[in-house]
Amino acid sequence: MGKKILMKGNEAIGEAAIRAGCLNYFAYPITPQSEVAEYLSKRMPEVGGVFLQGESEVAVGYMLFGASAAGARVFTTSSSPGVSLMSEAISYIAGAQCPCVFVNIIRGGPGLGGILPSQGDYFQSVKGGGHGDYRMLVMAPASVQEAVEMMMMAFPLAEKYRNPVMILGDGLIGQMMEPVEFPDDLRTEPTDKDAWATNGMETRGSDKRNLVKSLYLDPEMLNNHNLHLKAKYDQMRREEVRYEPFNLDGDYRMLVISYGTMSRVCKTAVENLKAEGLEVGMIRPQTLFPFPEEEIREAAGKESCKSVISIEMSMGQMVEDVERCVRGRRPVTWYGKCGGEVPTPEEIMQVIKERIDG
Amino acid sequence: MQHEVMFAGFGGQGILMIGKILAHAALEEGREVAWIPSYGPEMRGGTAYCLVAISDRPIGSPIIKNPRHLVAMNRPSLEKFAAKVKPGGIILINSSLAPDKSGRPDVDELAVPVTDIAKDLGSVRAANIVALGAFVARSGIVSFESIQAAVKEEFAEKQKLIPLEMEALEKGRQAAAK
Amino acid sequence: MGKTFKKPEALTDAHTHYCPGCTHGVIHRLVAEVIDELGIRGRTVGIAPVGCAVLAYNYFNCDFQEAAHGRAPAMATGIKRVRPDLMVFTYQGDGDLASIGMGEIIHAANRGEKFTTIFVNNAVYGMTGGQMAPTTMPGQRTTTSPMGRNVADVGMPVQMAELLSTLKTPGYITRQSVIKPRYITRAKKAIKRAFEYQMAGKCFSMVEVVSTCPTNWGMTPVEAVKWAEDTLLSYYQLGEFKTPEQEG
Repeated sequence: MGKKILMKGNEAIGEAAIRAGCLNYFAYPITPQSEVAEYLSKRMPEVGGVFLQGESEVAVGYMLFGASAAGARVFTTSSSPGVSLMSEAISYIAGAQCPCVFVNIIRGGPGLGGILPSQGDYFQSVKGGGHGDYRMLVMAPASVQEAVEMMMMAFPLAEKYRNPVMILGDGLIGQMMEPVEFPDDLRTEPTDKDAWATNGMETRGSDKRNLVKSLYLDPEMLNNHNLHLKAKYDQMRREEVRYEPFNLDGDYRMLVISYGTMSRVCKTAVENLKAEGLEVGMIRPQTLFPFPEEEIREAAGKESCKSVISIEMSMGQMVEDVERCVRGRRPVTWYGKCGGEVPTPEEIMQVIKERIDG
Repeated sequence: MQHEVMFAGFGGQGILMIGKILAHAALEEGREVAWIPSYGPEMRGGTAYCLVAISDRPIGSPIIKNPRHLVAMNRPSLEKFAAKVKPGGIILINSSLAPDKSGRPDVDELAVPVTDIAKDLGSVRAANIVALGAFVARSGIVSFESIQAAVKEEFAEKQKLIPLEMEALEKGRQAAAK
Repeated sequence: MGKTFKKPEALTDAHTHYCPGCTHGVIHRLVAEVIDELGIRGRTVGIAPVGCAVLAYNYFNCDFQEAAHGRAPAMATGIKRVRPDLMVFTYQGDGDLASIGMGEIIHAANRGEKFTTIFVNNAVYGMTGGQMAPTTMPGQRTTTSPMGRNVADVGMPVQMAELLSTLKTPGYITRQSVIKPRYITRAKKAIKRAFEYQMAGKCFSMVEVVSTCPTNWGMTPVEAVKWAEDTLLSYYQLGEFKTPEQEG
């Protein structure tokens, strides 16, 4: 661990990728994450890396596809409307099984929406965005430090599964400055990609060509391909669930599910309520796919727990997954706001008090 | 104990910078900090503000509606934010560009003509540092040595400016003491 | 007796799916011969388009990626930026390159990305079944211009070689054809020159190849060659439009 330094989330994300051993970055500017590109346009040349500002997010998505298919570690950062444009490429990349890292610093939507923090891209990231049966491994940081650590973990995970990984932040994570340190032990070496990457036959000393593609015209082959992809997603469900439990030891009367920036506000609310003598438990999913399904089911099933609430900066997206986990055993409600105004701890405390017993 | 300070003024007055310097100084003192800017079109010539949270514990919600303290560098930001300050906090007013009263009897109000002081020092651009010196001296939120060190670090690549900025800090301190 | 004709190493043994009278097979062969002659098969990556050549990766015996519709130049950019030592070519049709991928090709050319584009222009969408392309000729009937291309409605056919040669960034832009043997020799020279510029790290290169599509034109192969020569070649004139040696 180095010394703690004060960094803006966007810059820390760029630096974390370099520290993780990724020296290739393609991007298109969009608020509220353009600082990543500005930072890396200076930093990449210093470390002998690649920086390129593409002509559109559409093109950038395919620059990542080409580079990762050729065996390189590569990433991009964008924000909601830009990620919509990249979603085509993400589908192809998942289909062709290439490891890439995408960062979405979410802003409000739909359409141009606004530039302030939002969590309105939960469905886009977790349920699809692009076409076809694919999943991304999605991690949602709640602090600049966690964004750094997730960035650094993202590359080996993308390579382990040969699948896109998304870091889902929001405008506040990108714009806020917090102390960070870059853990040396999260630096990893790229894996050997000779078995599949189009890195040139000479490079891997082989006379067998490699193909990177997502086209399977034969129905049986396409079905088998999708079964193979599904097996990877199932493995993620078994091996990659990450979450933070908070105040789950006592007899809590309500369970809060919240992630990212919103979860920090909820945590403060839970602490304040505890000081007032009201016990509320909380689970903060750190991975949104895979989702901490069993953990939520178990926590919601505790006898003292009368209800469950999903609190998110969207009009009720994650709540559908929470309902799926709770399976009707407890009433599940939603509270949230869009538009950029993040609910305050006082507001959350009020909502919890009103709904505490379901 | 968590302290939140809101710095507000016109875009271009160096509002975000003094927030960052304060956050740096607190970090060097081993405290937990978060710096939250206003961003987007607000940055382009309109009003700008940032919030700095300083605490001895990890900072929970970075969303702060009612900051403990306010440094208002112009009239619109005083009018907009004075009512939000928690009772007992400090409101520092740049009385060169705003009325010297906030209308809040329940706060520690401090009016300093930071723009005029900076002009006298030879650079109106140092007004933000005068304000920072005055605020730190009054609040004791970090030590004066820490803020001096943090200002020097901020201007590390503009060494020529450091004597001026140090003097600006000092003038701020003196004004706060009066 | 020595062998007088053999298949280039850079082609696989697969039988192509192309229609009778289609020129993709000829163009594949020319590219493969150039790869063999330059001895670069082991460090070449091709990029297949979406269109009739979508399965080109089955026919070229080198590393291959398959792009989404129109995006091959962005993928080629990604490869060349992280692996400048690889030889990269995109193989694109007129719908892919001149319609949906217009943005990608122009910006790749304008950045001077050091890869080679083989642009097969046969004035029609092939794989989807003969719809109007940006390069469809005025009055030409297609399944989406049944009365013939109405230029008052959809504009004139796009001349890609001319368009790209207006960019100030140095590049090698040429238009060739393969509809008759005498054109084929020149086309091969141009393809080789394009790859050589890439090998030297010199510039972006595009070889537009005017081709036939008897199936979707509703003609016999012989009629198609005649129509292409009379109609296409008078609008899509052959020649060198830009070389990196000349001023921008």
